[in-house]
Order: sequence, then structure tokens, then C-alpha cells
Amino acid sequence: MAKRSAGSEIGGAASAKFVLDRREALPELLGRHEDFLIVAGLSGASRDIAALTRNAPHAYIMTGAMGGACMIGLGLALARPDRRVLVVTGDGELLMNVGALATIAVMNPPNLVIICVDNGHYGETGYQKSHTSRGTDLAMIASGSGIKRTRTIEEQADIAAGAQLICEANATAFVLLRVKPTDPPIDQRVLDPTRGRLRFRAALLGE
Amino acid sequence: MVADESHAAWQDQIFELLRQHNVTQFAYVPDAGHKTLINRSLADADVHSVALTTEEEGVALLAGADLGGARGVLLMQSSGVGNCINMLSLIKSGGFPFLTLVSMRGDFGEANAWQYPMGQATVPVLEAMGVTCLRADTPAEAIATVSAALTMVFRAGRAVAVLFTQKLLGAKRF
Repeated sequence: MAKRSAGSEIGGAASAKFVLDRREALPELLGRHEDFLIVAGLSGASRDIAALTRNAPHAYIMTGAMGGACMIGLGLALARPDRRVLVVTGDGELLMNVGALATIAVMNPPNLVIICVDNGHYGETGYQKSHTSRGTDLAMIASGSGIKRTRTIEEQADIAAGAQLICEANATAFVLLRVKPTDPPIDQRVLDPTRGRLRFRAALLGE
Repeated sequence: MVADESHAAWQDQIFELLRQHNVTQFAYVPDAGHKTLINRSLADADVHSVALTTEEEGVALLAGADLGGARGVLLMQSSGVGNCINMLSLIKSGGFPFLTLVSMRGDFGEANAWQYPMGQATVPVLEAMGVTCLRADTPAEAIATVSAALTMVFRAGRAVAVLFTQKLLGAKRF
């Protein structure tokens, strides 16, 4: 039997394009960050959100507990149906716990949006290839998990439709934003998880 | 096996206790030991009954609930504790309140050898990650212990596991 290549020609992401610049595409896609309560997964996604929000307290930023971002978002979305909740995470963080997409699909809170910034690599640890640049398609996994509103953004022309999907709030939405594997913004994150929790709650709950 | 009626009675009281303390998110991987609590959560229109694919999802869920000002509980079997280990970093380092009710396996009278490694490791693992463990061997103890845990978690901001032992639940018959 011929040995299969580890390249990207196998699987749903066979023609995946990783060309957009995260620093430009993510802000354009998500619009007014002030309209959301935000949970940011580790690494690049958390640096993206810290820079975009200028470290505002309505973003809870993770630098550990890998695989937890989407479920923190679900708990927050269920707790606060009056607010829109946005999870921004990366392909590596999401791959660690893809079962969360099935759990979220079953609950289907209308106020939850997940954006996965997919650069096909583990940027934080030296840009090793992730499964998504070797054939895994996280939008298909989200769709197959039962999240009905999913979209892949991989060209400039796709962004407007993604932004529209995020604006509509009648079911959980999942947007896969494919970007090139370049560095996220310079690190401005609050690294203390207790301080992050306290200031998030203070801003939201007036505690 | 403990008779279904007495089993349901103390678990019904625990459900009502949790609801009196404004617990509104019930997270679980389906489990016979927590059947009454799970079914009560499904039947209560005022709570979110969240079925998980793995227990660590529930740890993160409850942190999110706290960020939004809500309270939750994670219902799991002792085997599920092993699935939570690194996610408990979130609870410990973030200072999140955390309540879990654990139905024990691999303990008193267990016939399934597969259950022993995690059953015997449940307390050391939880304690290593900063979760206080309280055991309950009888229905009366279970109610008093959950009541104490609710105070510890939601008044003092602690992480607490209440262990429903196999003396309480009965060992599963094979």
C-alpha cells in the first residue's frame, strides 16, 4: 500500500486558503467589540482580542486551560441571555476539545458566536502545523456537530457575509476565519486569571 | 441496590436545595448515580440542563456561568474526575467558585476492576488541583454535606467536591 502523504490534499480542507491577515480580517469581521462579552482562547486569539479591545474588562482572556474557551462562552451565554457573547479562539485550542461544539449545538443559545481564527499552525510553540493545514476542516466539524449557522471566511470578499452572520442573533453561529500563519499583535494581555475574572465581573455585574 | 424510592427521595431534596441556592446550570455526562438530579434538571424550565461529551467541558462551563453572575453544578462519576484535571487550572488560578457532586465507583464493594484506578485516585487528584473533598455515606449526610458545600462555594468562593460513596449509592450489580 502506498504511504499517504501528510500534505493537505486529503480531506475537507483540500483547497483551504490561508491568505488573509488576522490583524485586518478579524476586526473587520467582528465589528464593534463593545457589543459583546468576549472570551478569548490562548495564544494568537488572546493577543488579537487584547489588542483589539485595548485590554478592556469585557474580554476574559485565557493563557491556559487549553480547550475551555468555547465552554466558558456557553456558560456565559446561558447566564446572560440579555447580552451577546463572542468566543474568539484558534485552531489548536479548538482541536483540543471539539466535543464542545456538539454540546453547544445541542444547547444552541441564540446569543453565542464562535470565531475560530485558523492559521493552520500552533503559533505559540513555534509554528508547527496543526491538523487544519493537513486536511481537518473545523467548519465541517462544527456543522457536523449540529451548529446550523456556520461559514468559512478565507478571502477578502467573504468577510461581509461573515459579518452579516455574526450580526444575526437567532441561533449559535460558528465562523472559521482562515488566515496566514503570521504573528498576532504585540502582547498586551492581562496574564493574571484572577484579576481577569474580578474585573470582568466588576464591569458586568457592578461588583 | 438501594430501593428506587429512597434513592429518589434524598436526591429530590438535594435538587431542591440546589435550586433554593439559585443554581441554574446543571452540567453532566449521563450517569446512573445522578439520575434523579439529571431528570429533575431536565424537567425544570428555569434551569439549563447541559449534557456534556466530557466532564472537563463542565468545568469551563461553570467558570463561564460565574463570569455572567450565575451558579452551576457539575454532576459526574469518579471516572470523569480524571477528565477534568488540567481544566481545573482554570478554577484554581482564576479563583472561580466550583461545585461538583461526584458519584463514586471503584470504591466500596465495586465489582468492575476497570473502575478502581480512577476511583482510588479521585480524592488525591481533586485535592492536588485545589478542590476540597467531602464524603457522604448516608442520605442524611448527603443532604447536610451538599448544604455545607453550597455555603463554602457560593459564600466563600471555594472549590468543593461532594463524594456520594458506594455505601450511599450501592455498588452496581453485574
